[in-house]
Amino acid sequence: MTRSSAPAAPLAATAAPGTRPGRRSALPLVLALAVTLALVVASLFVGVYDLRAEGGGQMFLITRIPRTLALVLAGSAMAVSGLVLQQLTQNRFVEPTTSGTSEWAALGLLLSVLLLPGAGIATRMVVASAAAFVGTMVFMAILRRVQVRSTLVVPVVGIMLGAVVSALTTLIAISTNYLQLLGTWFMGSFTSVVRGQYEVLWIVAAVCVAIFVLADRLTVAGLGRDVATNLGVRYDRLILLGTSLVAVASGVTTVVVGFLPFLGLIVPNVVAMLRGDDLRSNLPWVCLGGIALVTACDIVGRVVRMPFEVPVAMILGIVGAAAFVALVLRVQRRG
Amino acid sequence: MITLHDVAKTYGDVHALGPVDLEIPTGGVTALVGPNGAGKSTMLTIVGRLLHADTGRVTVGGLDVVTTHPRDLARRLAILRQENHFVARLTVRQLVQLGRFPHSQGRITRDDEAAVDTALGFLDLTDLQHRFLDELSGGQRQRAYVAMVLAQDTDYVLLDEPLNNLDMQHAVAMMARLRRAADELGKTVVLVVHDINFASAYADRIIAMTDGRIRYVGTPAEVMTSTVLSDVFATPVTVVDGPGYPLAVYYRG
Amino acid sequence: MAEVTTSPRTWSPAAAPPHAPHSGGPRWRVVVGSYGFRLTLVVLLALAAAVGILTYGNPAAPGSSGFWVIVRSRFASVGTILVVAFCQGVATVVFHTVTNNRILTPSILGFDALYRVIQTALVFLFGAGTLAATDGLGKIALQSLLMVGFASLLYGWLFTGTKANLHLLLLVGVVLGMGFGSLSTFMQRLLTPSEFDILSARLFGNISASDASYLPWGALVCVVVGTVLWRRRHVLDVVALGRETATSLGVRHQREVLLTLVLVAVLISVSTSMVGPMTFFGFVVAMLTYQVVGDSRHTRTLPMVAAVACATLLGAYFVLRHVFYAAGLVSVIIELAGGLVFLVHLLRKGLR
Repeated sequence: MTRSSAPAAPLAATAAPGTRPGRRSALPLVLALAVTLALVVASLFVGVYDLRAEGGGQMFLITRIPRTLALVLAGSAMAVSGLVLQQLTQNRFVEPTTSGTSEWAALGLLLSVLLLPGAGIATRMVVASAAAFVGTMVFMAILRRVQVRSTLVVPVVGIMLGAVVSALTTLIAISTNYLQLLGTWFMGSFTSVVRGQYEVLWIVAAVCVAIFVLADRLTVAGLGRDVATNLGVRYDRLILLGTSLVAVASGVTTVVVGFLPFLGLIVPNVVAMLRGDDLRSNLPWVCLGGIALVTACDIVGRVVRMPFEVPVAMILGIVGAAAFVALVLRVQRRG
Repeated sequence: MITLHDVAKTYGDVHALGPVDLEIPTGGVTALVGPNGAGKSTMLTIVGRLLHADTGRVTVGGLDVVTTHPRDLARRLAILRQENHFVARLTVRQLVQLGRFPHSQGRITRDDEAAVDTALGFLDLTDLQHRFLDELSGGQRQRAYVAMVLAQDTDYVLLDEPLNNLDMQHAVAMMARLRRAADELGKTVVLVVHDINFASAYADRIIAMTDGRIRYVGTPAEVMTSTVLSDVFATPVTVVDGPGYPLAVYYRG
Repeated sequence: MAEVTTSPRTWSPAAAPPHAPHSGGPRWRVVVGSYGFRLTLVVLLALAAAVGILTYGNPAAPGSSGFWVIVRSRFASVGTILVVAFCQGVATVVFHTVTNNRILTPSILGFDALYRVIQTALVFLFGAGTLAATDGLGKIALQSLLMVGFASLLYGWLFTGTKANLHLLLLVGVVLGMGFGSLSTFMQRLLTPSEFDILSARLFGNISASDASYLPWGALVCVVVGTVLWRRRHVLDVVALGRETATSLGVRHQREVLLTLVLVAVLISVSTSMVGPMTFFGFVVAMLTYQVVGDSRHTRTLPMVAAVACATLLGAYFVLRHVFYAAGLVSVIIELAGGLVFLVHLLRKGLR
């Protein structure tokens, strides 16, 4: 990792210690908070079911609140996961769907269904998270070994790895007649999130908190092994810790809602573009951005074809691919 | 004869070339010299119709390089650029055979084979002809490209820094071959060189350029003077007598 | 340059003249090393797989009328495989030639996905009637035109904007492919069920259940495009040298590249409409072909890639269908294996 000259390296370097750009003024953050809150509230009141009708209150409690909470949790978790992976790999273009992490989680989920048919959702999540962890470590190991370390090749390697794992998952699913399930599982969607289904997502809230606590050390890790070791950080342990946090977030999110492509890529990069590269002061922004983006996409998905729903993953896929290409070209043109 | 009439080229806001008026007579070796960004390569590639000028007209042997049919032009004019990257895997001979494309459109005749053999022999590549290009050293590959250009059998040969990547021994050998190509095969050779002393030693004519304009045209004896070179390269240059040709010395003021 | 005369002459099987001294071995080695022998071998392999698919596991007695009915019914599968393999293989090789690289393929850059988006957008914007109304060659021509238009706009813009950085193109192509996938699924969700039915019949073919009525058109396109490319094989050799050298040799480079891209788009459209996207198949067979042929003159690579592609796909289909009874898995397994090969190649050799 240390030979890399990836553009993620200056992420932290630009912020001199002691200066806190976030302190400049709280107003922008308050505004962002207000916008995000507005979206969240809108999400509570968008839907086919007329809440004023009889049983509206019940409906509100059973589906709207859980769905909106799930959006908040999954959105912030995936956005922050992207940020962490970008630090750990020192590459701006890495996130759970461009490193194969999500695909491994899916493979784990399918295996848990096949091998442990009676298991509850908690077991599934553990297996999926474990698979996501293994997959991310495989990705990191490949990156450490290969000669090709170009910033642009790293995400391609991750996507290809994801494609291969995904083909394997499909293969297993076809031969065990689970293919149909596979499609509905992994097309990230909040349609089926109801009370009693989403509560496990609170785990990712814990992941977010842990990342907030680790922020400074992750910043140091973003400078590479040599610098981190020199600064007294146990690099390998931090890599393991960071990877497991990302794995848990991706595993749990995959089991409950499915893939949320490009979320972890767009949000941290846009935030960095607007505010510069200070990890700690950017974290709240990344959380808010993730929530806002996924909520907005979900609302669009619910509205565009009433009374049916379009899965949020499709909209994220379109928006995300466009944003990704724009980002890559922008970075490329400048350097 | 190569003529340029009112030729100019700009990249965005940057004035790369001209307007330039120039005549390069038939035969012999002509060297384009000048500092970086003087427009030498731009002018050469415009003459070689790889780049289109914004204004003006270029003719080579009476043919307008823009309007003449590409195949007809390719039988009269060949250009070799300094960077030739391609992934196709070819042997030296296969590459040189492609130099015959303007004449045979790929169907190699006995005449073509003879021309290929001559070109290979001329560049001392006969023993290497069945080697793949990716197995050769940079200097050998450079010779293979020049052999391809010679196999094209054109009256006019343009070369953009043919000495790039060549060490001392191979650079001298390359210049000697180009000199022979002009003397024995009657070709008109125009080349861009960085080392002014190579121009002095081998060229019949030197064209010195700065800032997209032609500043001096003349024989080596006329151009190789302290005043001219110091002006062109914006560096104090002393010209001393060499072994049969003048030498520019500029390493330490 | 005296040192070169003393260096040992390396003997390369494909390029050595017939009278070259072979210190390396007996006569049979020369034969095995020859291009003709290798091509014959690959063609024989393809033939064997084709015969296998047609006859293996046929429940009726050989020679009986029932036997021939089953053979005839399997002809459609073999025909489909031949057309698809030809399209993917040839398209990839000439695409490599005009883009001057050996890792980007039309499929990896998202041509397949682009085809799907265009098909879906046609139905989405004009209703299912247009698809039904514009059939046959006219439709293929129109689609190819649209595809080429989009592809040259998009990729042309990328190529010119940043000095054709391969890493950039690869990443952008892959991501655009993902985006196109999402976009077409999104539009499909917005279609009425009947429109979606018509569309899915067009988009989601597979080898076992492809639309046989489309086969003659596909074969015709292959013959026409194949003939055009074969006649231009020498020009393609020159184009492979890059824009500047090709121009110096009297070839209108830009025109040739555009023409070739049009033909590539046609081939990929045919292939995708018959069996859906195949991301890595073209890459794998092109790689194999370069290995087998040695040099890259199109006189040799074009026939070989067609043969290798047919042999690979027929062989895979035969093994999976008749040995493992898993015909539905053919494309998945090719994606899996091809993806692995691509990944390994990318990691070991980089982008060359």
